[in-house]
This record gives sequence, C-alpha cells and structure tokens, in this order.
Amino acid sequence: MSYIAKPKVAHPGLPRNELGLSLRDYEGGMSTLCAGCGHDSITAALVQAAFELSIPPHRMAKLSGIGCSSKTPAYFASASHGFNSVHGRMASVATGANAANRELTYIGVSGDGDTLSIGLGQFCHAIRRNLDMLYVIENNGVYGLTKGQFSASADVGSKAKKGEVNQQPPIDPCMLALSIGCTFVARSFSGDKEHLVPLLKAGIRHRGFAMIDVISPCVTFNDHEGSTKSYDFTRKHRQAAIYADYVPPAQEIRSGQAAGSVQSVTLHDGSRVLLRKVGADYDATDRMAAFGYLSQRQAAGEIVTGLLFIDEGKPDMHEVQATPDQPLNEVPYARLNPGQKALDAIQSRFR
Amino acid sequence: MYNPVKLCTNASSPWHFHRARNHREAHPLAMQPTDTKNPDYFHKVVDCQWGCPAHTDVPGYIRLIAQGRYTDAYMLNRQANVFPGILGRVCDRPCEPACRRGRVEEKPVAICRLKRVAADLRDDVAALLPKAPAQKNGKRVALVGAGPASLTVANDLLPLGYEVVIFEALDVPGGLMRSNIPSFRLPAEVLDEEIGMIIDMGADLRLGTPVESMKQLLAAGYDAIFVGSGAPKGKNLRLPGRDEASANIHIGIQWLESVAFGHIGKIGEKVLIIGVGNTAMDCCRTSLRLGAKSVKVMARKPRQFFKASPWELEDAEEETVEIVVNHAPKAFVTTGGRLSGMLFEKMAYEFDARGRITSEKVIGEELFPCDDVVLAIGQENAFPWIERDLGIEFDKWEVPVVDAGTYQGTRPGVFFGGDSAFGPKNIIWAVEHGHQAAISIHRYCQGEDIASRPPYGMNLTTSKMGMHEWAFSNAYDAAERRLMPHVKLKERFQKLDLEVELGFTEEQFAREVERCLNCDNQTVFTDKLCIECDACVDICPTRCLTITSNGPEEELRQRLSAPAANLDQALFVSGPLPQTGRVMVKDEDLCLHCSLCAERCPTGAWDMQKFTLKVPYAQDEPARALPRTRTGT
Repeated sequence: MSYIAKPKVAHPGLPRNELGLSLRDYEGGMSTLCAGCGHDSITAALVQAAFELSIPPHRMAKLSGIGCSSKTPAYFASASHGFNSVHGRMASVATGANAANRELTYIGVSGDGDTLSIGLGQFCHAIRRNLDMLYVIENNGVYGLTKGQFSASADVGSKAKKGEVNQQPPIDPCMLALSIGCTFVARSFSGDKEHLVPLLKAGIRHRGFAMIDVISPCVTFNDHEGSTKSYDFTRKHRQAAIYADYVPPAQEIRSGQAAGSVQSVTLHDGSRVLLRKVGADYDATDRMAAFGYLSQRQAAGEIVTGLLFIDEGKPDMHEVQATPDQPLNEVPYARLNPGQKALDAIQSRFR
Repeated sequence: MYNPVKLCTNASSPWHFHRARNHREAHPLAMQPTDTKNPDYFHKVVDCQWGCPAHTDVPGYIRLIAQGRYTDAYMLNRQANVFPGILGRVCDRPCEPACRRGRVEEKPVAICRLKRVAADLRDDVAALLPKAPAQKNGKRVALVGAGPASLTVANDLLPLGYEVVIFEALDVPGGLMRSNIPSFRLPAEVLDEEIGMIIDMGADLRLGTPVESMKQLLAAGYDAIFVGSGAPKGKNLRLPGRDEASANIHIGIQWLESVAFGHIGKIGEKVLIIGVGNTAMDCCRTSLRLGAKSVKVMARKPRQFFKASPWELEDAEEETVEIVVNHAPKAFVTTGGRLSGMLFEKMAYEFDARGRITSEKVIGEELFPCDDVVLAIGQENAFPWIERDLGIEFDKWEVPVVDAGTYQGTRPGVFFGGDSAFGPKNIIWAVEHGHQAAISIHRYCQGEDIASRPPYGMNLTTSKMGMHEWAFSNAYDAAERRLMPHVKLKERFQKLDLEVELGFTEEQFAREVERCLNCDNQTVFTDKLCIECDACVDICPTRCLTITSNGPEEELRQRLSAPAANLDQALFVSGPLPQTGRVMVKDEDLCLHCSLCAERCPTGAWDMQKFTLKVPYAQDEPARALPRTRTGT
C-alpha cells in the first residue's frame, strides 16, 4: 500500500464520456494490496470499462466476499453501491440485491478461494439461475491473505514459494461454468488490458450471468519460478484463442471488423460482441465445442483466453421467475406491504 | 485525438486487430532507448533549473527553505546565481514560465520570491563565502564595468588567486542593477551587501574611473581583460518636434540613472511612456513617485507582443498606470516651444491562425496631451572607447564579434559578457556569462584551450528512506500560488525608495514551498527488473506511463495512456522489457514526481532518485603555476 493519496490533479487532455465524466470519476480508494498485484490491474480495467460504457456510478453495485480479491471493490467507483459480504456468499447477496432491484448494474468481484472453495455452491447456483451480473474471478492460485497456501485453482505440479508441489487437481472455473449452463464464459489475464477491457464491457452488457476468470498473479506468493500463475508463465503459455471486441449499440461495425472469420453476437441491449478466432475453427456459441476445445488445450498445457462461450438467448432469473419489472424500492408502499388483512387472506388459503 | 473509448472498440486499427504477439519485431523507425547517462536528460526534467541560464538548483533550495535552512538555501543559490538577494527581487525569472506546476495547474511556483525568503532570513554568511588565498597566482585581470557580469567574473577568479581590477565609470558599483532598477524594487542595502561580498574578497575596485581607451588598457599588461560594460545607450526616437521639445523628452535608462543618483527629482503631471519593455515599467512607476498624476504607457502593438514580464505589467497597472495599445508615435507636439502633447496613429492589425501579424493599417490619429515623455524603446551596446585597430572586430551593428561558447572576442585574451556581449538580456544571463567567461579566462591564463569546456556532470542517489518514505515531500499539495503582499497604494508613493514588495510571510512561504513538485527527484527506470504488471501505469495520476510496442516518436505520442501533445517535453523510452519485448514509455510533460509509480512497483524497477547537476565553475579546475602570458603589448 501507499501512504499518500493519489493526487487529484488530472491530465488536462483526459477525455470525457457521454455523461461528462472522466476516468478519474470511476476511481476508488487507494489500494492496500501488495505493489504489483494483478488485482489492481483488474481494478484499473474495471474503471476503464465502466467509464467507457458511461455507466452512471450511482447505478452500479459492487459486491464481494472475503479475500484479497474481495477488497478490490473499495478501489474503484467510490460513488457506487457496495456490499462486502461473508466469505463465499457474494453470489447469494447479489441474488438478493438483484431480485430487489433489477435496474442496477451488478459487478461481483471474487477470488479463486472465495469462489472455488468456500463459495463453490453459491457460485454454481447463481449460474443456474442465470443471475444478471458480471462475476469476475481474480484467480491467482493461492490464498494470498493467509500467506500463500494452494487454492482450488492451483495446477498439479505447480510449486509454492517454499517449494512444495501441488498434487490435487484444479477446478477450472471455465469448464465448471460451461458444464452447468453458464451463458457467458470468458478467461483473460490481468497483464493484458487490451484483451480484458472489451471482455468486461461485454460481460457487463450481457443479460445473464457473465463469468470472467482473470489470471491475476500474486506477486508476493505466486510469481516465482515453478508457479503456473506467474506473470512470466502466463505470458509464455497463454493462447489468446478468441479476441472479443465490444461494439456499443449505436456504433456501426467497420468493414475491417467484420472481415474473415469474425462471429458477431448481438447482446440484449443491441450492442454486439465481435469474436475473432485465431487459428482454430471455433464456434463460441457451441457449448460442447467450447468444452471440447478447452479440455484439449488444457491437456496441451495452454492457458486459453478469450470469450469462450456466449448464449444471449437464455432467460435470466427475472424472466424465469416472472418477477415484476419495477425495482421494489419504486413499488408504492401500499402495494409492497398490503397489510395485515391481505396477509390474513393469504394465510387463510393454507389453513 | 486520443479517445480510449475508440481505442478499445476500434478493432480495425491494425495495431489492435493484427496485433503481433511478438512485440520484439521492432518498427524500423522505432525510438531508441533514452540515454539517461547524459546529464542533459534529467536536467531537462527539472524545468526550472533547465530554464535558468545559471542552472540554479531550484528544487534543492526550496527544500532547504522548507526545512528552515535559510542560510544553506542562500548559499546553494549563491553558488549558481551569485546575487540571491538581488535576483530574489528583480530577476526576469525564466524559471517560472518553465515551471512544471504551471502546466499541471495555472500558476508556477513563486520561485523568485522564495529566493528572497532565503536571502531575507539567512544568518551571517561571511564565514561560508569563498576566500581569496593569501598567495596569489601572479595573474592580473582587468574587468571593465562593475555590473553583474564583471562581478561574477571577480567572484569566480578571486578565490583562485587572481588579482582582479574593476574599472567603474560611476561612483558606485552595480551597473544597471544600481542605476536602472528603481530602489522601490531593489533597495540599495541589498545591492551593497551582495556586491560587498565579492569586493571584500580583495578586488581592486576603481570607482569613477571610466576606461577611455582599450589600447591603453591593453598596454597596462593585464593577463586578460573582461568587458562587462553593459549596453548603456538608450535608443532615441526621431520624430517631428523632437528637438523643439527636447527639454521634456527623456531617454529611459539615462533618466532612471539620473533619478537613481538624485539628479532628477520631479516630473510633470501628465507623462507618456513610449515602449513596453521592463524598462518602460520602471519608468512609469518611477514617474508616479516623482509627482506624475496620470501616466500612460503607449504601445504600438497589442498586449500579447509586449516584452515586459506579465508580473511587471500587473505591478504597474496596480499603481494606476494606464496601458494604451495600438498607438504608434507620429509626432511630438509643442506649444510655445514646450512639449504639450504627442500625436499617435491608431493602428489596426490582422492576425493569422498562429497569432502573428499579417497586416497593419492606420485607422486614425489621436493627440495625447502631456508634460513629459520618457522613451523606453530599447538600448544598445556602445564602444566608443574601443579603438577599431586592435584586432577586436565589430559587426555591422557595431556589436563586438563574440564566441558564444567562450565569450572571447576576436582578439585573444579579451572577453565580453553581460549586455555588452550579445545586447540587452538580463541579470541572470549576465551572471552566466560571467561564470563562463571566468572559466575561459582561467583556462586562457593557464595556457589551456578555451574552446574545450569542462563537462557538466550529474549524481543520482535514491530518495528511498523506507517502504513508503522518501527523502522529499512527495504528497501533492493542491495549494494555489501565494500572492506577494505589497505596501498600500496610498503609502508607497511617499518615498522614492520605499520597497513595494514586503516579502512572503512565514505562513505564505511555508505553503508555497509545498507547491514545488521536486522535479529533481527523478523517476529512474531499470528495464530488466520490470515484470509488466501495469501497477505503475494504473496508479499514475496524470497517466504519464504506458507499456506498449515501440514505434516512431510521432506515432507513439498518439497512442499513450494520455496524448503526449507537448512536443517540448521528452518521452522516456526504455529498452525492451524482459517478458514481452514491449517498452516502457514515460511522457515527462505532467509527471508530478509523486513517487506512486515507485511505491507501487513490486520489483524496484522504478525508483525515485535525487538528481544533482554538477555545474562546472572556474574554481573546479585547479590553478597551475605558469609563466605570465601577457595579453597586452
């Protein structure tokens, strides 16, 4: 962490978005994470994505659980709603918040421990409900806050800082999400914002559960030789399979963008995601193909990044549950709470 | 222009779309890694020090003031600019327009007036001053004129054992600092004290002794001669009526001199000043103190073309001086053989997109009644006392031909400096000329090649004191520039020599010093340590940093975290980074030197390091005993 506050001075040439806000208006408090933490880069990418999408900060809700990753919502969008929940329970809190107010933009930030160990059940069920939110896993393969034990995403053979070798197979959040019906599955790397920012934007605009697994090196406990989640290892073994470009609703697709083997997926709000494949003949709307490709590349020792799967057609939680359109805080009190008589009437039906 | 919204969605840009995974394929015109071993690179980052002709260590002395070490701050100043008390009041302050703070927000740090703080609050410095050795080195040097240039030469040569003889035409030393700068801006005591520090080292100051013949001076057998006699000739304005009205038309610098020495004590009620330089500002403000009730400064062109410093214009206007633009002098008007007014042509100008005048026309005439006119339209060198057959060449404007590096004229052993070398500049330039001429004279007298100059050097030491502690105040203080308190308008005209500026109060300068960005604490990058985690890029408040593929400068400037539009400010480009072969690029323009990049760097690839420029002076070269080499005949 740093002791001084980031000076308020801004570059005079700093651009403004549609709301007249600059990037700096989407910043949060000073990070207390270790210098060089991948999580801070993801924070910066989230700041940029929210700025570029011109999301009003007060219409955003940031949610997290426990862990280094879960501290990061404090470091962006100070003007947004925030909820730092119990360990592993962020998905449930997000479900409740979303049920009450469907109009906010929900951004959940979690880690490999918070999601794949203690919160695995919560995570899976939020996917099953197709909760409309962006769920970012800041994945570093270790429990950084408790001094670097292997997490559930550590690869077999990966070495800890002191030399122990991990024996247990990892849970791959992308494979897991694909297998239980997730409608937006992506992987990225904290060290490549050009890749990460468009994915974050597409994930925010996706209607349904958008899961992005971001490899985010832990500089303190997992950035050494023998680690499989270090900056160096990730850069060497990364296979950027599918590039995603986000095109806002009103913007036309340039001729260059649509050329060749580019797949265009239209999102619910009219924006589009353009998927460019590198090499393999890959269909990001084919769940089985995505699963097969991932298994294959994983066996070859590659870290596949990109928007791996997207299904914009599946109903989200509100559609399935047929909930009212209005957020609960806008429903008149008399309707929201019809009173003792109405309760008596309902209860009498069960007598 | 730069737009990150477009950058990320614009997949058609070749850079993004077909982005080469292997960044090691460098563009043929890609920038070379920045050579930070050359002292010029980091020196240029310290904008004030780079802007100062004498390279005063501004951030260094401001920090000393912040620590209450006024004497040390004064001595650090004195080493470079010799006259901190004088310059702290009347310097042309090229440092301030250069100050980074002026780019980050509107107003630069009040560097000049902080210099005065050090001078006002210092203790006795007598024990710290350089001293002339008892054993002289046997060389004698003649200095013509006792202005800032000559005094600097004396200051630099006396400690080396030279015998220095200064010839001054007036009865007091100081040159134009004494005769042309009014005492309400620069009190005589300040001048006396700082000039005294030099003379007291043992200079042979001969007052009231004008040099009337260079030939005679050469014959006197000095080892070297330095001409620092200034540009003492005020320009005249030949217009109809000039001769008839001459009793009430004054040449600015001569008139100021007469006022300074008490020969002139009053002026008419209505005064017109012709000219818009700093001398004009001194003339109009002096007029008000000699009884003028209405003073107008008449300018031929619009305000943006004025030569006067903005702060001098402000000070004059504060004293109710009216500045009239777009009026070109046409004639002096007399009534009964006495000046009664001046006729002007009203001008209209057209400008091009860059603000330059493309055409001018006269749109009318206007008569301004007046009792006196002061001409402050420039000054010239004048060397009636240098015979033209001595091998000292002059150009067609009668200005001596002087080498810009050695300050030597065309006759070996005769050096020029200050206004007499290249025409009117200012005190701080005269000081720098003096330093350089002293180096030349020393080398000349030691029989060494004067063209080979001692090199500038630098020292870099880390400012890191602990995990998040630095040896300087790195937090950004958002305070605005403090305003210099002035004597009340009512009181200030009562006495000619009542100093208008009161100096900063302790509260004021305590705040002002914190505005300094400490640009001399440099961001030093070691490329082989970088793991490209982006932490520095993300934290930088002014988005100075970018990790990207290298490219030609012009193109690179367009695709940085923020546009690098200020071409006067350098880009730092690292060597290829170990993991991807990309480069770290830093736009020096708006760096706050807040040290956050270094604090957020996990590997110490960024460090804050205190840069100290090693400016060479004559004293740095030990004197050698050599036989005398006479310059004269």
